Amino acid sequence: MSTKPRIKMPDSAKAGDVVEIKTLVSHVMETGNRKDNAGKTIPRNIINSFTATLGGKPVFTAKLQPGTSSNPYISFFVKAPAATTEMEFTWVDDQGVKISDKQPLKVG
Amino acid sequence: MSNVAIEQPDRRTFVLGASAMAAFAGFLATPALAQDAAALDAMMKKFIGDAKPVAGKVSIDLPEIAENGNTVPYSITVESPMSDNIASYDFTPESGKAFVSSRMRLGKTQDVYALAQMSDGKVFMAKKTVKVTIGGCGG
Repeated sequence: MSTKPRIKMPDSAKAGDVVEIKTLVSHVMETGNRKDNAGKTIPRNIINSFTATLGGKPVFTAKLQPGTSSNPYISFFVKAPAATTEMEFTWVDDQGVKISDKQPLKVG
Repeated sequence: MSNVAIEQPDRRTFVLGASAMAAFAGFLATPALAQDAAALDAMMKKFIGDAKPVAGKVSIDLPEIAENGNTVPYSITVESPMSDNIASYDFTPESGKAFVSSRMRLGKTQDVYALAQMSDGKVFMAKKTVKVTIGGCGG
């Protein structure tokens, strides 16, 4: 179940500007606390980590825990570099499934 | 921050390894009951060790009343030069601003705490009570 994540970045930024990046990814974020109809615990499966890199260097990381809502939305800020630079976003869940996407942070 | 120990060990090293202006913030929620005070202490200890949190510098933006506990929007901001646990975030100088916004689950009315640890080890804390109309933790 890896649908394409949605990432909203500014159309263009000035070098040095602090800009907001919004991300949304589809995931059940099963907490591991719920039981099914037979009374069996539904195993935990959440996205446990999110990393954003700018030109290969991590700029923002999150360790998510079961208290994070399903289809996690995360917004954060990044300082725009001197020139257009590729940003890569990676989500990893408990089963090791990796969802990633790349988008350039346009400067100029 | 958390009652889940698995992800804790490397967090501190990451913070120490980050550059001088880095700050990071963590987040936890706990039921607003007196007997949970000890649980809160334990959770805090896991997150920040023996450091004593000081009120201030961190602010949580949370609704007073959460109609749907499945997805409670929140933002935490840290003033800086630059139940279950909910999440922890690491910021770097390239973040420009120590701010994050996301959505959390809240099973019932409770206090939510935000802790922020600066790169010099100082810890700041903010607390807010949220009234939850429909719980969001399943079951």
